[in-house]
This record gives sequence, structure tokens and C-alpha cells, in this order.
Amino acid sequence: MIRLTSITRVFRMGDQEVRALNGVNLDIASGEYVSIMGPSGSGKSTLLNVVGLLDRPDSGRYELDGSDVTDLSETERARVRREKIGFVFQSFHLVPRLTAAENIELPLMLEGIAPAERKSRVDTALDAFDLKDRARHRPAELSGGQRQRVAIARATILRPTALLADEPTGNLDHRIGAEVMELLEGLHHAGTTLIVVTHDRELGARAHRHIAMRDGEIVGDEK
Amino acid sequence: MNLRDTLTLSFSTVVSYRTRSLLIVLAMALGVAAVVVLTALGEGARRYVVGQFSSLGTNLVIVLPGRAETSGGLPGAALGQTPRDLTLDDALFISHLPQVKRYAPLNVGVAELSAGGKLREVTVLGSTAELLPIRHMKLSQGSFLAHGSERSAQIVLGSVLAHEFFPDGNAVGQRVRLGDSRFMVSGVLAVQGESMGFNSDEIAIIPVDYAQELFNTNTLFRILVEARSRNAIEPAKAAIAHALKLRHDGEEDVTVITQDAILATFDRILRALTLGVAGIAAISLAVAGILVMNVMLVAVAQRTSEIGLLKALGAPASDIRRLFFAEALWLSLAGGAIGYALGNLGAWGIRLAYPTLPAWPPAWASAAGVATALLTGVIASLLPAARAARLDPVLALSGK
Repeated sequence: MIRLTSITRVFRMGDQEVRALNGVNLDIASGEYVSIMGPSGSGKSTLLNVVGLLDRPDSGRYELDGSDVTDLSETERARVRREKIGFVFQSFHLVPRLTAAENIELPLMLEGIAPAERKSRVDTALDAFDLKDRARHRPAELSGGQRQRVAIARATILRPTALLADEPTGNLDHRIGAEVMELLEGLHHAGTTLIVVTHDRELGARAHRHIAMRDGEIVGDEK
Repeated sequence: MNLRDTLTLSFSTVVSYRTRSLLIVLAMALGVAAVVVLTALGEGARRYVVGQFSSLGTNLVIVLPGRAETSGGLPGAALGQTPRDLTLDDALFISHLPQVKRYAPLNVGVAELSAGGKLREVTVLGSTAELLPIRHMKLSQGSFLAHGSERSAQIVLGSVLAHEFFPDGNAVGQRVRLGDSRFMVSGVLAVQGESMGFNSDEIAIIPVDYAQELFNTNTLFRILVEARSRNAIEPAKAAIAHALKLRHDGEEDVTVITQDAILATFDRILRALTLGVAGIAAISLAVAGILVMNVMLVAVAQRTSEIGLLKALGAPASDIRRLFFAEALWLSLAGGAIGYALGNLGAWGIRLAYPTLPAWPPAWASAAGVATALLTGVIASLLPAARAARLDPVLALSGK
């Protein structure tokens, strides 16, 4: 469960103040499928970053799964990110030096899980995301769809409660993009909260709840 | 992230940036190698000098006539007295001192040696049988001057002389003429080469009485004394000086020197020299450290979005700091190890090229070289690692 109360995030551009988030109130229940849409600069990515604990609001209160995470220390925020949040990015953000399997293994390594268990969990993930024969390939040797599948496998390997996707199909063609969305929706069906930030109306329409943003404020919220 | 994973992950990073890593490792290695080679040279020079001194004899105390010191009061010379000479009786007298293990009186002169129609001038030492063990000389043929046979006309030839006069190698038992007297060759010295600028391969040794006769003198050039032990050197020196003062009517007219004192001075100078060159070489390590810092800073800039990703995946700042730290550690470790090997190879090359120079790198220098490499590498990574850990995740993810 995600509960944002009067969240404000201000950036300073020279001597100008930009209110990326201006008193945002938002409740997202566990297991919801939400799309956040809006023009560039409407604050939708900032909202996603605040929800994902990558960014800190300047004021307001953020509750995640019933506990206040607004004022956690940097180390605690890292732990919450690791355990509860999975990120999927437009540009995949795979480590180019590491193979697909090693990229998927990274969160397990950060969590300090023993190598034997890591291996079995990575193998399961490779199976589930149809990447078995690509395990030893580096990102440069993978197609766009495969890269995003690796990224999603990595984002979900620690079974987060919320999956945050920022334009997950932005770098993919229509057909592959649809496949990736089906994959994400499959994870949603399995119980994960799914929040997708996108420009794409068609993509946004697939969600069960649609949030529209403009100038740092939520201007629409329909189910 | 546990230690093992941190080390493996950073190791794979080091390996994947091959050129960059090789260059840093090379810089580090050259620094360490410089420390090892230069200290090997310094240490080699020290050992060479110490070895030269020891080849003169161990626990050696040398007595020479005359006072090598300005004294107050009424020096004997002012009263028209010349310093008393050292005599064989003096030598015999100090041989009874309890601190003295053995002694050899020494006379030196130049005479003409002739045999089989050949003739040359040679340096002649007059001494006793004890000269051989005191001066650490070795024979290649025959025997040295026999004990108690001071009155028998024996001569021991240096290896070069023996070869010149008796190329067939059958010098022992041959008769030679030295000055006006005839001698029988009793032995030939083994090749020793030059030691402290004195070539023992071109000398002839005869009993001291014959030498005094030959050079028409009753004085001695030196008395070589071997103390009973290392600890007995100073007491022996004092006892000899005291005994000779008594014998010479209370006049301090001899100088007693110990080889140890000279040796210790050289030892100190050369150690300081070794430390000095090690310090200069260590500067190159500091430079290598700065290079490591520069390259790590570039790495942080290059991998900004990767650092952002790690943060998004939930890596705390400490993990990221440790990753960069470990990376620097690997680089300096490789540099240190390769430098150590390279340095030892260089020292081996020097020993091969100059066999007389025992250029073994001292253990402390090798250890200090490798340790400095590790230390500078790790210190140099502190700033870049801290910078990486401090990056704002949102900005880092967008590569800014």
C-alpha cells in the first residue's frame, strides 16, 4: 500500500523554482495496476522516483506498507528499495560488462544471498522470462526485447511489492512493446502492484486506474 | 553485499577495462620495481664493502707505529724524540694478552724475484704462519710458512707470480732467488683477486726474520691481531694499547685500530644511501597513486548511470564505496605483485651482469615497496569512492 500526503518536490533551475510535485495526495492499494500519464515536465517521473524512494520529497508524508518512510536514512531507504521496489527503465540500465544471468543476480548479491541459492533463483527467473539460452550473453548481444526482459527479471527477482516502470516500451517497437507489457501485466496478475509512467495513451489505457498529471498536480484519477 | 561478492564483482570490472587496468598496473609495477632494484643496488654495494672488509679477517685489531692523533702537553717529537718503533718483541708481548687469539707481525717491502732466468719486482710480506688464518688467505698448492720454522728459507707465491715463473704449475719445491737470498717455494696462494685495492695474487710471503734481514730493519710495519671474539675486540684494543704504553715507557706512540670501527662507518653510510634511493623510488609510487586516483575519478564519471542503477536496485552507499575501493585494491595488488617480480628479475639481471655485486633486494624494502603501492592505491581511491557513493540516484540514473 502506498499513501502520499501533500507531497511537494521543488527543483531550483537558476533563480527559478520549479514545483515538480505540488501537494500531491495519492493512495495506491496493494495489487493495483496504475498508469500515470501527462505531458513532459508534468512531474510524473518525479512522482515515480518519490514512490520508489530514489528521490526525497521536500515536504509531505509518504507511507509504504503501513510505515512512514519519509524520513528514513539513506541506508534504510536503500534497504526498502531493495526489498519492496522494482524499477523498470526505458533504457533498460543493464550493466554492459555483466551477462544476462549476472545482471539478474545483482539484487541477490546486494541482498547478501548465498551463491547456491542465487544460482537456483536466477535459473528459475531465466526460465520464467524465456532467457535460458541467453544467460551467458552480454547486453550488447541481446535484442531490445530480451534486454527489457532481463531488466524485468532483475527488478522482480527479490519479489518486490511494487513494480515501477518508467516508459518501459519507449525504446521498443510496437510488437515487442506489447509482449513486454503482457509480461508486466502477468506479474500484476500474480499480485504485484504495477505503476507505469507513459506518454502512450494506448499503453496507459491498459491499466485499471488512470492518473493524469499536469504541472506537478494530479488532475485526473479514474478507474 | 558481502566481501567475497564485492571482491569478485570489482575484479571482473578491473578485468573488463583491460587497457585502463594494464596502464595503472604498469605504473604501479614500475614504482615497486624501482624500489626493489634500487635498494638491491644499495644493499649490494653495502654487502660488497662489508665483504671486502671481512676478507681482510674477522675480529681484526691492527697495531701500527706512531700516533695518528694530535695530543696536547709535550709531544715526544718536540723533544727530539721519534716515536718508538714496533718490534717483534712488542708483538710477542701482546700475544700473551688473554684477549688475543693469535697475531701475525707484518713487514712489507719490494724486492727482485728471480727464477729460471726470469726476473721481476714483487711486493714482499714478511710474517708468520698465523698470517694465513688471520687474513683468511687460501692456498691452492703446497703449504704455508710452517709453524716454528721462522728460520727456514721458505716462500709462498701469489697465484699470478707462480704462474709467471712456473707456467707448468709445478712451483712447489722449486728454488727462487729473492734479493740476495735463496728460498724454496713451499706453497702457492689461491686466486683471491683484489681486496681493498691490494692484489694478493702478486705478492710473495716469507718468514718475518728473513724479511727484516732482506730490508735491513728490525722494526715492523704492522701487527695484525685477531681478538678471541667479537665482544673481545674493544677490550683487546684497550689492552694492547695499555700494554704497549707500558713497554714504551709510558709513551702512547702506537695506534691501534679495529676493522669493526671502519666497517661500522661504511655500513652506516651505505645503509643511509640505500634508504635514500628507496625514498626516491617511493616518490614514483606516490605518482602512481595519483594516477590511480585520476583513473578512478574518470571511472566514476564514466559509470555514473551504473552507480545510479546500483542505488535504484537498493545498494547502500557503503556497498558502492567498497566496490570502488576494492577495484583500487585489485589494481594496486596486481601492480605490487608484478612490480615485486619485475624488481627481483632486475636484481637478478644485475647480479648476472656484475657477479661481484651481491645485489639482493633486502626483504624490508620489498615489503615496504609493495605495502606503499597498496597504501597509495587505497588512499587514492578514497576520494573517488566517496564521490561515487554520494551521487544522487536520480541524477546518476540519467547519467548526469
